[in-house]
Amino acid sequence: MSGQPAPPRTPVATGGADVDRRLPVVPAVRAQAWMELKLLVRSGESLIITLGIPIGVLVFFSVVDVLPTGGQRAVDFLVPGVLAISIAGTGLVAVGIQTAFERKYGALKRLGGTPLSRGGFLVAKGLAVAALLGVQAALVVALAAGLLDWRPDGGAVAAPLVVIVGAVAFTALGLLLAGSLRAEATLALTNAAFLVLLLISGVTFDAAALPDALAAVGQALPLGALGTALRTALAGEGLAVAPLATVAGWGLAAAALASRTFRWEP
Amino acid sequence: MSDATDRPAIVLRGLTKRYGAAVAVDHLDLDVASGETFALLGPNGAGKTTTVECLEGYRSPDEGTVRVLGLDPRRDARRLRPRIGLMLQDGGIYPLAKPGELLRLFAAFHREPLPVDDLLERVGLTAVRRTRYRDLSGGQQQRLSLALALVGRPEIVFLDEPTAGLDPAARRLTWELIGELRSAGVTIVLTTHLLDEAERLADRVAIVDHGRLVALGTPDELTHGDLAQIEFTARPGLDVDDLAASLGVAVREHGAGRYHLDAGNHPALIARLAAWLADRDERIGKLTAGKRSLEEVFLRLTAEADHDRDAGSVGPVTTAGSDVEVAP
Repeated sequence: MSGQPAPPRTPVATGGADVDRRLPVVPAVRAQAWMELKLLVRSGESLIITLGIPIGVLVFFSVVDVLPTGGQRAVDFLVPGVLAISIAGTGLVAVGIQTAFERKYGALKRLGGTPLSRGGFLVAKGLAVAALLGVQAALVVALAAGLLDWRPDGGAVAAPLVVIVGAVAFTALGLLLAGSLRAEATLALTNAAFLVLLLISGVTFDAAALPDALAAVGQALPLGALGTALRTALAGEGLAVAPLATVAGWGLAAAALASRTFRWEP
Repeated sequence: MSDATDRPAIVLRGLTKRYGAAVAVDHLDLDVASGETFALLGPNGAGKTTTVECLEGYRSPDEGTVRVLGLDPRRDARRLRPRIGLMLQDGGIYPLAKPGELLRLFAAFHREPLPVDDLLERVGLTAVRRTRYRDLSGGQQQRLSLALALVGRPEIVFLDEPTAGLDPAARRLTWELIGELRSAGVTIVLTTHLLDEAERLADRVAIVDHGRLVALGTPDELTHGDLAQIEFTARPGLDVDDLAASLGVAVREHGAGRYHLDAGNHPALIARLAAWLADRDERIGKLTAGKRSLEEVFLRLTAEADHDRDAGSVGPVTTAGSDVEVAP
C-alpha cells in the first residue's frame, strides 16, 4: 500500500487486507533488544550477579592482598578473571534466569504469536547481552585503569574477540538451561554452577593453589578456559588457541543441544 | 465491512488433538465467516484452548486440517502472524515491563500499528502506563493483554477467556471493546465458559464438551429453536395424556401443578394450549414461553453428550438452517 494510511476511525477499530503486513525487521529487532536490556537491568538480583560480584571481587582482592595470584600484581591477575566472571554472570546466570522466568510466565509463548521470528528474538537477546557486557567490560577496565593503576600489555584485538566468543558460549549455556528446566531449577543450577566455577576456574585466585586434578577440571570448564584465554590476550601474547577452542566447544555443544531441546512454552 | 469475502476466515475439518491417551479435540468441524464473532463455549477441559491454539499455530493437529485466512497456521506462520492478534489465557507478559513500553514494543512488530497513546487511552491504561505489569490489577492486566492483541490492526483476533477473573465493571469494559471490534468488521474467536458472555457477544456459539461439537447456532437459535420449551403452572393433576394428544407434543407434569411442553415457542401451539385449558375452565398460574436461558441449553446438551458417550454412541451435533439439531 502506498502513501499515507488512513487513520483508523476509532482507536480499537482495525484494518483489513489493505494494511501493509511486512515485518519491519530492523525496528522490530531493535525494539525487542531494547526491551530485553531494560528487563535485564530492571531485575535487581541479576544486577548483583552481573555487576556487583565482578566489581566487588576486583576491588576487594586488588586492595586486600590475601589470595594467591601467581607472583603477579593482584590487579593484573584479576582483570582478565573478572572480565570472565562478568561474562559468565551475565550470559549464564542473568540471561539464563531471566529467560527461564520469561518462559514460565508465558512471555516467550506470547512473543511467538507475534510477527517477530525466533531468529529475530535470539538476535535481540544477543544484542542486549552485548550491550550489557560492553558496559560491564568498560566499567571493569575503567575502574582497574583509573583507580588500581592497571595497564594491559596488549590484546586490543585478541581480547574483544575472546570476550565475544565467551559471551556467545555462556549465553548459549544459559539458554540451554532456561529452555529445558523449570525456572526454579534454572535459578538454583545457574547460581550453583557459577559459584563452583568461581572457585575452581583460577579466575579469582591462581589455579596453581588448587589440587592439580581440580585445576585441570577447572581449565576444561568454560570459565577457566575463558579466564586463561583473556589473560593470554591481555598479556599481549595473542590468542590462546586451546582454551579458546574449549570455550567455543562448550558454546557450540550448548547451542546445538538448545536448538533441539528449547521449549518456548511454560 | 469493506473487505468481506465469501471465503470463511477460519475452516476446521476433522480437527483432532490428543495429549497422550487423552483426546482434547475430537474431529471438530467449524467454519467462521469473515467479520463474524464466534464463541467457543464449554466447561473447563472441553478443548476450547487447544482448538484456539491450533488456530493460532501453537499446536499442530494430530488429524484434520486447519485454515486461517486460507493459510496453514504452522506452515504459513510467517505470513499469518502479522494478520492475527491474540490474547493468551494466562497473560504471557513480562512481569517487570510497563504497559506503555509493551505496546510500543508490539507496535514495532508492525508497519502500520494503531497509535499507541490512543490505544492506551481507549483501554483505560493511560494513568498506569508506567506501572509494572505485576503491579496492575487483574482488570488492567487483561485490558493490556487485549490492547497487545489489537495494536497490529489484526484481521482476526483470538481471545482465550478474555474476561476470566474480572469483576463485573471490568468485564463490561472488555465487552464494550469487543463490541467495537465487532462493529469494525474484525473476525473474533473467543472462548468462554460464561454463558451470558457468549450470548451477549457472539454472532454464533459453538458448544463443545470433551473435545466434541455438541451444538452450533446463533444464541437465538440455541435458546429458541427445538431446544426451547413452554412451561406453565395450573391445578395439579391435569390430564397430560389428553393435552399431549390435543397439542401433538409431549407434556409432562413435574412437581405438582408444573407442566412442561416439549416444544418451541410457536404462537399456534400457545393458542391451542389456551383453548384446551379454556374448554376445561382451568386457570393458568404462570406461563413461560420460548426462550430458555443459554445456561439451560448448555447444561442439557453437555449432560446429553455425557450420556451419549456413556452409552457408546458417537456423533457431533450441528445445525442446519435456523433450527438446532440435537444428536439422537
